[in-house]
Amino acid sequence: MTGNFTEISENPFVVKMDEVRELSYDSFHDKIKEMLDGGSVHCVAYYGIEDSKGIRLICSVADDIRHNICTLSTLVPKEPGIVKSLTTACPPLHIYEREINENFGIVFDDHPWLKPVRYPHDRKNKLAVMDNYPFYGIESEELHEVGVGPVHAGVIEPGHFRFICNGEKVLHLEIQLGYQHRGVEKLLAESSNSLKRAVICENIAGDSAVAHSIAHAQLIESLGGIETMPDLWIERCIGLELERIAVHIGDTAALCGDVAYQLGQVVCEALRTEIINTTQFWCGNRFGKGLVRPGGTNYSLSKETADKIITVTDIVGKRFAEITDRIYSLPSVLARFEDIGQVTSEQALTIGAVGMAARTCGISRDIRNSHPFQYYRQYDVSPVVLDSGDVLARGMLRVREVEQSVRIIRDLTDRWFKEKKYGRKPVYDYKLKPGSFSLSMVEGWRGEICHSAVTDENGSIVHYKVKDPSFHNWMALALAVRNQEISDFPVCNKSFNLSYCGHDL
Amino acid sequence: MLKEIKILKHHGKQYVKNLRNQPVSGLFRGRPEISDNLTGHEIENLFSLCPSGAIGSSDGSIDMGKCVFCRECSFLLPDKIKFTSDFRIAVNRREDLVIKPGVSSPVRIDESGIRKEIRKIYRKSLKLRQVSAGGDNSCEMELNATGNVNFDFGRYGVEFVASPRHADGIVITGPVTENMAKALQLTYEAVPEPKIIILAGTDAISGGMFSNSEAVSRKFIEEHHIDLFVPGNPAHPLTFINGVMDLLGIR
Repeated sequence: MTGNFTEISENPFVVKMDEVRELSYDSFHDKIKEMLDGGSVHCVAYYGIEDSKGIRLICSVADDIRHNICTLSTLVPKEPGIVKSLTTACPPLHIYEREINENFGIVFDDHPWLKPVRYPHDRKNKLAVMDNYPFYGIESEELHEVGVGPVHAGVIEPGHFRFICNGEKVLHLEIQLGYQHRGVEKLLAESSNSLKRAVICENIAGDSAVAHSIAHAQLIESLGGIETMPDLWIERCIGLELERIAVHIGDTAALCGDVAYQLGQVVCEALRTEIINTTQFWCGNRFGKGLVRPGGTNYSLSKETADKIITVTDIVGKRFAEITDRIYSLPSVLARFEDIGQVTSEQALTIGAVGMAARTCGISRDIRNSHPFQYYRQYDVSPVVLDSGDVLARGMLRVREVEQSVRIIRDLTDRWFKEKKYGRKPVYDYKLKPGSFSLSMVEGWRGEICHSAVTDENGSIVHYKVKDPSFHNWMALALAVRNQEISDFPVCNKSFNLSYCGHDL
Repeated sequence: MLKEIKILKHHGKQYVKNLRNQPVSGLFRGRPEISDNLTGHEIENLFSLCPSGAIGSSDGSIDMGKCVFCRECSFLLPDKIKFTSDFRIAVNRREDLVIKPGVSSPVRIDESGIRKEIRKIYRKSLKLRQVSAGGDNSCEMELNATGNVNFDFGRYGVEFVASPRHADGIVITGPVTENMAKALQLTYEAVPEPKIIILAGTDAISGGMFSNSEAVSRKFIEEHHIDLFVPGNPAHPLTFINGVMDLLGIR
């Protein structure tokens, strides 16, 4: 297998662009098809970069068992720009091919449906607009369609859901996104101000501010050859686990709210407040914005903060265990969660689900374990895996992961006390390696976040790619509600809690 | 039942009694204070450092409507710029968000600029429809939090409702993306008159980090009268709550 691609076992990593093997499209196609054969391998990045010769496609495939990442590339000339699709052989690539088609106009010949992904402002076909999205339709007098959004009943982000129903039963759900598109990737590539890039990254998705910031910081550190120290690695991991705890508890509150179990809702809301206020105590922002910067941090952990984090997470962990024990033993709650919104393991593999959507379908996919970053290199995390794939599994996964994260925080804080404190400050004045390709992955609470950048011969970033786990997982929600009552949509939706802005960027 | 009583006992009383004077942690980044002896060189440095263009190039003032509260300017000049924990920073006049060097007095709403009907009609009940137009979900979560068990803004009759037709106004978050511009316009039109507009978060007030993006369209904001600007990244629930209380004249 060697010789055809660049194989690396680091996360993040950086390679010279000319070391990334360039294959003819046919060999590229066959190689990826061969690599993606098997459940423990998945594609983490596949995107195009435009240059004078055509569109260069770069694809990175991660192997969960061999713990490596293989990268290969190909060049597709702009004319005629038609190549054969990989989607039929490797369905998880459907969304990447749609994205490449939308951005550059490359046609993947036998792709089942090259629908728009997010209507970016720099899309190839300007005639495609939000209003003429090609919805799937079924002609029948028996069926009706229900449209929801983009503005939803709750205080949440916009997206349009189109259900095709037979009576109360959902036959098909199509999710149209793109309303949140802010041009993040273009701003990141165009910006020469390094602080600006870091701040944009923490605003990609507010509920994953820490995760996206770590992904960006370690990408820059690897591209810039900036050395970081163990005390910082631990602090970043603590920040990431606090974020995971806060969101999981908040989502449990939302799930309770949807099934009218008010005690569960208010108790979890209050517990989430305790956690995010602790993050604020640490860095002045309830979402951890400002905590993570390339090279170091302005908010090194102090003994006082470390003690507070341990105390709060310990109490919150216990009280969350107490309330969830009650929530998940109530027949009225279980009746709404059990066997509802099921995604099978086969479906999850087919669509390339990542993170908690995958782990609730029996797939052990966790970057902290398979491609460890920051302090997880020295600290083993065994993924929590459940296999029923229903709303209950996604609820219970949150319970188990909060329990695990509380334990991780306690262990990591213990180690932090023993580590030498370098307390390094952020580095904004850096020079990036020229002509390089770099990729960085982080397991946020939703799943794997992947940032990738390409630099030119002067070391300026010419292309920056961000992939949020929602990019894959929205399809899981669409599949989950099939053959369900339409009234179960809210609990299905909340159980995933996917990101609109992370998808639309 | 016994288990639930035990849970309730552990839960205790969570609500914030006085929404005006709730202490927040000392590191909270609220209203900035800038020393009045900034040198020209320092202003230049601050101007080039600021990621969102919030620092005035001539005098070193900070525009809270553009500021993302990253506090980097204060790390650069810790003796001359500090961010206080004053969260009461929402105003109804855009220019009042600009903090000049040497000014340490709190920012307050301009009573004379409030439309007459607002206090007359909404003093005891204000129902709002939220529209996220490119918000990163942190502002949305903070707005949700205003109604939660801790902040319980519902105690003053201020709540978020499901339909614009049930609402007295809209709260916009996010820089207003091109793709969301039409939906925002339609939502606003669906709200019955008289209606108010509140901008929550730096992104909504100025576009924030996305103000230069081609994917953003500020037309709606420029064409409408804004009744309240609530700065922050995201706007803290207490900033929003105090701003609305000031607007409605609730003490």
